[in-house]
Amino acid sequence: MNMIQAINSALDVCMGRDPDVLVMGEDVGYFGGVFRATAGLQAKYGKTRVFDTPITETGIMGVAIGMGAYGLRPVPEIQFADYIYPALDQLVSEAARLRYRSAGEFIAPITIRSPYGGGIFGGQTHSQSPEGIFTHVSGMKTVIPSTPYDAKGLLIAAIEDNDPVLFLEPKRIYNGPFNGYWDRPAENWSKHAAGDVPTGYYRVDLGKAAIVRPGEALTILAYGTMVHVCAAVIAEHGIDAEIVDLRTLVPLDIETIEASVKKTGRCMIVHEATRTSGFGAELSALVQERCFYHLEAPIERVTGFDTPYPHSLEWAYFPGPVRIGQALKKIMKDA
Amino acid sequence: MASEHPRANLQPLTLHVPEPRFRPGDAVDFATVDVPPAGSARRPDTAEPARDFTELAYTMVRVLDEDGQAVGPWDPKLSPDALRKMLRNMALLRAFDERMFRAQRQGKTSFYMKATGEEAVAVAAAQALDFEDMCFPSYRQQGLLISRGYPLVEMMNQIYSNRGDKLQGKQLPIMYSARDYGFFSISGNLTTQYPQAVGWAMASAAKGDTRIAAVWCGEGSTAEGDFHSACTFASVYRAPVIFNVVNNQWAISSFSGFAGAEATTFAARAIGYGIAGLRVDGNDALAVYAATLWAAERARTNAGPTLIEHFTYRAEGHSTSDDPSQYRSAGEPTAWPLGDPIARLKQHLIAIGEWDDERHAAQDRELAEYVKAEQKEAEKNGILGHGLHQPLDTLFDGVFEEMPWHLREQQAQMMAEEEASGRPWARKS
Ligand SMILES: Cc1ncc(C[n+]2csc(CCOP(=O)(O)OP(=O)(O)O)c2C)c(N)n1
Repeated sequence: MNMIQAINSALDVCMGRDPDVLVMGEDVGYFGGVFRATAGLQAKYGKTRVFDTPITETGIMGVAIGMGAYGLRPVPEIQFADYIYPALDQLVSEAARLRYRSAGEFIAPITIRSPYGGGIFGGQTHSQSPEGIFTHVSGMKTVIPSTPYDAKGLLIAAIEDNDPVLFLEPKRIYNGPFNGYWDRPAENWSKHAAGDVPTGYYRVDLGKAAIVRPGEALTILAYGTMVHVCAAVIAEHGIDAEIVDLRTLVPLDIETIEASVKKTGRCMIVHEATRTSGFGAELSALVQERCFYHLEAPIERVTGFDTPYPHSLEWAYFPGPVRIGQALKKIMKDA
Repeated sequence: MASEHPRANLQPLTLHVPEPRFRPGDAVDFATVDVPPAGSARRPDTAEPARDFTELAYTMVRVLDEDGQAVGPWDPKLSPDALRKMLRNMALLRAFDERMFRAQRQGKTSFYMKATGEEAVAVAAAQALDFEDMCFPSYRQQGLLISRGYPLVEMMNQIYSNRGDKLQGKQLPIMYSARDYGFFSISGNLTTQYPQAVGWAMASAAKGDTRIAAVWCGEGSTAEGDFHSACTFASVYRAPVIFNVVNNQWAISSFSGFAGAEATTFAARAIGYGIAGLRVDGNDALAVYAATLWAAERARTNAGPTLIEHFTYRAEGHSTSDDPSQYRSAGEPTAWPLGDPIARLKQHLIAIGEWDDERHAAQDRELAEYVKAEQKEAEKNGILGHGLHQPLDTLFDGVFEEMPWHLREQQAQMMAEEEASGRPWARKS
């Protein structure tokens, strides 16, 4: 399965198991979504469980909260993560605080799915990585898969979770892992072990990172598309790095991170989002607080730049093999 | 969910989810679309208060009848030259769309969006507005730029993100910005331009200026909160603004019912706000022109905002990334009861003896050649993907007026990265 099929399968499994799960969003019904992630679900589960919505993200989010308060488990889709901003208030001030402010009387068991990230020539409004904005908000979880297998297992876990979960899908790797070289042929998930996805129910628990490649020389903390770019770069440089795929940013698997950095003594953080106040800053602070006396080099952050996402200079913006390679050299300098 | 309080003696509720009439494979019959006769809608004085003509939000202002004659009180009585100019701009827009669509298919750019079937909406409005008025378009009003004489080469440069692109390759293709032509920078986030247009209009009024603002969005986009905020502000401050809602029946795969069309018209959105509302045959260039002129007069005489619903049809896909055969019947575009806006204006000019088929065919050939020549010119500046057209460091221009330290640092990092890359493409121009 590719990642879209895996997501579709997760929705199918959850809807089949629980009649309270429903899917809503712009174009998700008959058409099955502009990325086809909800294809076939309306035909199978009917119009009252899979439906198109008016184009109003704040409406989608607010309505999902109301449905959640009733007792359903809505899985709204925001067509591109760049369009979550109109829904920001409903998500940040309402969904994320409902449990807290009502002392548990009301909850918002919502999973918001949204394709995010760059590398598809989408320009400023189809490329952003907004995760840092949401990890800053208390009361909601943020999940980002990097493989079809994880995407399905994590999405099932997110839908079963009783808190609002933002599930960001790295659209650059919907069809296959991406090594960072835009000018080389693309790989397909069918040739990748993580593309082997069971059709039935399974969970990948939230809050648990994965060591996708064990190593001794340094720890790379990454998620989404960047997991694959990093794997390709260290292979190229012949560096025995340990790659930790965070998978869930909130709640974060701090034990795995701490153990890995204490073992390797070096830490590099990689994400596509802009740098300032990005999630990398939080990771860097945590590692410094907990592993300072084990560090043999300053922590390195590799990120997108602090500019809006450009169209034609997309590959200069994207944290690709060169930027990551330079950071690697710097951090390994006196190894 | 099993209820703890069974209410077995009450009727269960049901959820209504709208459904379009035709899906792929269905035969299309638009007989239920209510098309009032041309000339039947009254034309109130522009000074009349909005509540005196609410019926105009539910009928349809139409000027061109079935025989191509201009009839009724809304006939703007344009000169043959003005009519020919409008026809030419609509045909030019169509030729431009054809060419650029093909360019995307040839891999010369990443994306394109056509306005096929709704050319009258932007072209006729542009002709009715003053050049000084500010337009706040959505992505399907390239007809405004074409009518205002913006060079096609500049549009193509933007589409190709090439070295002639005034936006330095920063924006997605077709997301133009042309301040000198009264064309506000297009956002990819739907309907954000609506309250912005109101703000511009309020500023113009506050300064005692004479210019007005006009803004466009699709019917699907009227669901966005920004649309409603804009209506409230415009009503409260009686802003000199024209709200255009382009009801082309489809918002990607969602039919107009998902924006509320089953319950009311889009023009009727105006009524609750106390704004003037007009529903117009969007494939009738004369009706669009007349309605825009009327709304502009209201705005210029401080009578307040007008919301115009342009009833039209998106004849082609939403964009180059869309395949409409997946969600709507292939028969829809040809069965559309309001016809093709270019064919209808052409028929009118022929009916009044000011045009003929030969001249039309010759004009089409001339326009195709013209667009082709402009394209050749634009391609001299490069096409997307063939090398890098903007100096690499321009990536950091325009984030702020002055570049702060962190961006300077990142810019230096990027240049160092480039040195280290050894990549074969010439990045600096
Ligand atoms: C805030 C926001 N949400 C979603 C989108 C994705 N999107 C782009 S165009 C579109 C459909 C718009 O339809 P409509 O307003 O009817 O205009 P049309 O394309 O028919 O001209 C959608 C949902 C977006 N660009 N911005």
